Amino acid sequence: MDEGYSLMLGSLKIHVSIISTWGVMIFIISLVWLATRHMRMLPSGMQTVIEGIFEAMEQAVLEVTPEHGRLIMPFISTLWVFLIIANMLGLIPGLHSPTGDLSVTSALAILVFLSVHWFGIRIQGLKKYLHHYLQPTPMLLPFHIISEFTRTLALAIRLFGNIMSLEMAAMLIVLVAGFLAPIPILMLHIIEALVQAYIFGMLALIYLASAMQSQQINSEESL
Amino acid sequence: MNEMTLIVLGSTVAAVIGIAIGVLGPALAMGKAISSALEALARQPEAERSIMRTLFIGLAIIESLAIYCLVIILIVLFKNPLLAYIIH
Repeated sequence: MDEGYSLMLGSLKIHVSIISTWGVMIFIISLVWLATRHMRMLPSGMQTVIEGIFEAMEQAVLEVTPEHGRLIMPFISTLWVFLIIANMLGLIPGLHSPTGDLSVTSALAILVFLSVHWFGIRIQGLKKYLHHYLQPTPMLLPFHIISEFTRTLALAIRLFGNIMSLEMAAMLIVLVAGFLAPIPILMLHIIEALVQAYIFGMLALIYLASAMQSQQINSEESL
Repeated sequence: MNEMTLIVLGSTVAAVIGIAIGVLGPALAMGKAISSALEALARQPEAERSIMRTLFIGLAIIESLAIYCLVIILIVLFKNPLLAYIIH
């Protein structure tokens, strides 16, 4: 929304969303690197925290897909960790959430869209994977294709709309009511940031799981 | 009243009415979903995890309807395509 916020590198214009995305990435990588520099069997301090986060995410993924959970867990947990920190970034004065930019959320949604096909083909094979588009009857093929695109669009718009509207609401309350008034809205921002990160990751997990599991449903039907 | 005033007036009124109606539907749907989830939770407290997970995903999908409405209204208010057509 604010055009004057971007950095010029020669003739290359770097938008503020890219800078904050890279900042979040550097923050996560350095935090994890610092916490796991001296790993021990009896964890202490930061290592316990990181292990707790990791284990909670692993449990959540394995609950949905017990058999392929190990394969997609890195992707889903990366989405979760990145989105929580990226959504919370808007709480720091002077910074904006990169997820309040439609380009960033579209990039994440396209990543989910592509990985659905990648993992589906990898687990089921190309022929079986393409066959599930014709599943109940071939008449439903156009609806399957439409749903692929609309759910990707919905994923992008949902995250963008939530985060952008929260930031905009806080800004409007500052304009109307003045300094320190938007603090209740900022508390809502914390809850909303966590919920939206959870939901984005969970929907990606469900889409991936449904792309990988249709083989099993078929084999159960044929038994 | 020239054309521009008419378009601004019309889009503002349409935006206010639109967000009011657009929030009404999702609010009713969310209330219904939450009440059903609470009933299920009271009947089967041990299934809390899966009920809550399904509830959250369902609420997110319902909520996105209100968010679509908000996005379209923000387009109408701030980047009105009709207004740009009049100016050029």
